[in-house]
Amino acid sequence: MIAEFGLAALWLAAALALLQLFLACVGLKGGKAELLDAVRPAAVGQGLLTAAAFAALISLFLRSDMSVLLVAMNSHSAKPWLYKFAGSWGNHEGSMLLWVTVMGVAGAAVAMFERALRRDTHMATLGAQAAISLGFYAFLLFSSNPFARIDPPPPDGQGLNPLLQDPGLAFHPPTLYLGYVGLSVAFSFAVGALLTRTVDAAFARAMRPWVLAAWVLLTLGITAGSYWAYYELGWGGWWFWDPVENASLMPWLAATALLHSVTVLATRDGLRAWTIMLAVVAFSMSMVGTFLVRSGILTSVHAFAVDPERGSFILVLLAIYIGGALALFGWRIGSVREGAPFELVSRETLLVVNNLLLSVILGIVLIGTLYPLMTEAFGHKVSVGAPYFDRIAGPIALALMVAMAAGPVTRWRRDRAGAVAKRLSVPAAVALLAAAAIGIFAWGRIGLLPYLGLTIAIAVGVASLAPLWKRKLLRTPLFTWGMVIAHLGCAVSLGGMACDSAFTVEKLVAARPGETIRTAGWTLRFVQIRPVAGDNWTGIQADMAVDRGGAPVLMRPQSRFFTSPPTTTSEAALLTRWNGQLYVVLGEEVEGGRWQLRIWWKPFVTLIWLGGALIALGGALALVGRERRGWLMKWRARTVAA
Amino acid sequence: MRKVLIWVPLLLFLAFIALFASGLFKPDDRIIHSRLVGQALPAFDLPAAASDRPGLSSAQMAGGKPRLLNIFASWCVPCAAEAPQLMVLKQAGVEIDAIAIRDARADVDGFLARNGNPFARIGLDARSAVQIALGSSGVPETFVIDGAGRIAYQHIGEIRADDVPMILEKLRDAQ
Repeated sequence: MIAEFGLAALWLAAALALLQLFLACVGLKGGKAELLDAVRPAAVGQGLLTAAAFAALISLFLRSDMSVLLVAMNSHSAKPWLYKFAGSWGNHEGSMLLWVTVMGVAGAAVAMFERALRRDTHMATLGAQAAISLGFYAFLLFSSNPFARIDPPPPDGQGLNPLLQDPGLAFHPPTLYLGYVGLSVAFSFAVGALLTRTVDAAFARAMRPWVLAAWVLLTLGITAGSYWAYYELGWGGWWFWDPVENASLMPWLAATALLHSVTVLATRDGLRAWTIMLAVVAFSMSMVGTFLVRSGILTSVHAFAVDPERGSFILVLLAIYIGGALALFGWRIGSVREGAPFELVSRETLLVVNNLLLSVILGIVLIGTLYPLMTEAFGHKVSVGAPYFDRIAGPIALALMVAMAAGPVTRWRRDRAGAVAKRLSVPAAVALLAAAAIGIFAWGRIGLLPYLGLTIAIAVGVASLAPLWKRKLLRTPLFTWGMVIAHLGCAVSLGGMACDSAFTVEKLVAARPGETIRTAGWTLRFVQIRPVAGDNWTGIQADMAVDRGGAPVLMRPQSRFFTSPPTTTSEAALLTRWNGQLYVVLGEEVEGGRWQLRIWWKPFVTLIWLGGALIALGGALALVGRERRGWLMKWRARTVAA
Repeated sequence: MRKVLIWVPLLLFLAFIALFASGLFKPDDRIIHSRLVGQALPAFDLPAAASDRPGLSSAQMAGGKPRLLNIFASWCVPCAAEAPQLMVLKQAGVEIDAIAIRDARADVDGFLARNGNPFARIGLDARSAVQIALGSSGVPETFVIDGAGRIAYQHIGEIRADDVPMILEKLRDAQ
């Protein structure tokens, strides 16, 4: 019954989306206010129905209802409940249901909470959101039904990919999806504004919180995903430039650019066309990423059910929505007046630099990701690896960081180059000192890019605090704090990346229990090897007593064997200290009772994710700060009126 | 100028759609054949990968008699699966050299102790440089090298029991 209920909720939601689109179109075209009044309830109803459908799927997974094909294919009754729960979106159909649920709920939120937007633009936005949702409902109902039954039901399910059986997976995909699909709101806003020709500062102020919210979640999701790949894959790396990772990075790059250009539009009424274009591009990148991952046209380490029919379906959706939005852009943007002009030395210029550099990085990632596909079209096979991305995108990212140091201390509209330079003199001095210190300390051990990266990270870390200089900290607006913390997070993260790539010590040994291994100041005593068992796996574990002069700590890297489906995973053991992480992976047994052990000492590697979390925190503070100021102003206006 | 620029994103996007469609509807072929088949081996000189076998250089491969060059790794499971077939080939009088990819001597020794050692010489290719130069994209792969040191045939994936007669025939053809 639950499956039928879920399917019915999904069909009803699709019908409401159709109604919502119809009401918005006819209402706006004919100027019929009573039709428009029904748009918001329709959007809210759609949100509730999609949430109900998703709840139904989760309930099926938790009950291990093997008469539902999706549950039988992706779950197993012996799994811990958390992975039954997470299994509901760890597959194609479930994740597409999560997609429409996020779209539906985001649409409902726009219907309920958006007050600043002009009414006709608001309605056009909701109409656009419904139009996009409709395509994905069709995809779900006609080619990826998550509620299909199987008769007769199998005695038990086939299990979930053991790599995905990790607490990180319960958190990372939904967060990523909230951000990824949350960008659809920005896309709908842009379409709404183009339809009603209202691209101005008020529009930007209305759109900004939605972009911020999606961006914060996307940042968190990417950070969590990177950490998951770091400890679960056991390869010691934190970013692999895999197509699936790039698929989440590209919308983030576009959204980061959008976040900054929308500020220019909101504050100075500049960059009108560009902001609209970015809003379209950000969600387009989400859709392109989904297409690349689900159609199987690129090979990735991430396992997704690959199906050309589904690929063609998404391709058609892409062509309609992105093509439609870009055509609308070309047709309507000519009638949008040019925004306010600004001088060469101004914060606007630096934000334009930020946007251009982010766009260039986006282009590099897009080309690198698609290059194998391009050459294949001409009969060549290539694969593009990390060195391309690191070498090409790395220096541009560093230039971006430098612009980031200057932006917040430069005035809007017009500033003097000398004054900006003066404000940056402290960070510049710090940069010189840091460059000299690192040069003396690590010369010959550090590559050029990590060297520059570390220097710039230190300088930008100092520069990011400059907007707080000589201010009363408690009276500084929350959104300024948000910007400062987010920029500081970028510096912290860059510092972690540079330290990891410059100072990591790797050791590969074949050791026998009882032996002692020394590396990077650590002593690892291999105590014993012993069998262990979990709910749905058995494994072997190496007990390692680890110390660097103090009391030893026990580390337990494992090799796990899962029975359904039969797979081996390695569980790395991590020991976090203030100045880095020790990372131990247990490999295979080699001759003579020796075991392969891979040991990394990664100085300050945790800063990478700490920085990511700071960036997200900064975004959240900016969001709360802006919204709170809006409430306060409204409240004051009301008390004054009373 | 602005009028033209406005339409650039749409045109770019249409190009991408065409690219995606071509990628989607093209028959899938993930097997990568070396472009060096029919040509001389690239020059290389590798250190020994195992304790009891010498290293391998390209000059040694042009000994006047066709031979096999096996690309393997101790960490590769299909490589262990093809080991019996390589032993069969060796017993049939075929000379087999090997290159171990991204490996360590202790691991290679262990692998050969477990699976048998049909190889005359084993070179260690620690960073896959020679493997890439050969146009090999994975392990295991086996090249048939003719007497003049030219690549006559490339076998991708493990040699199965029913591949053995075909490999022997390729070796005869390379005479």
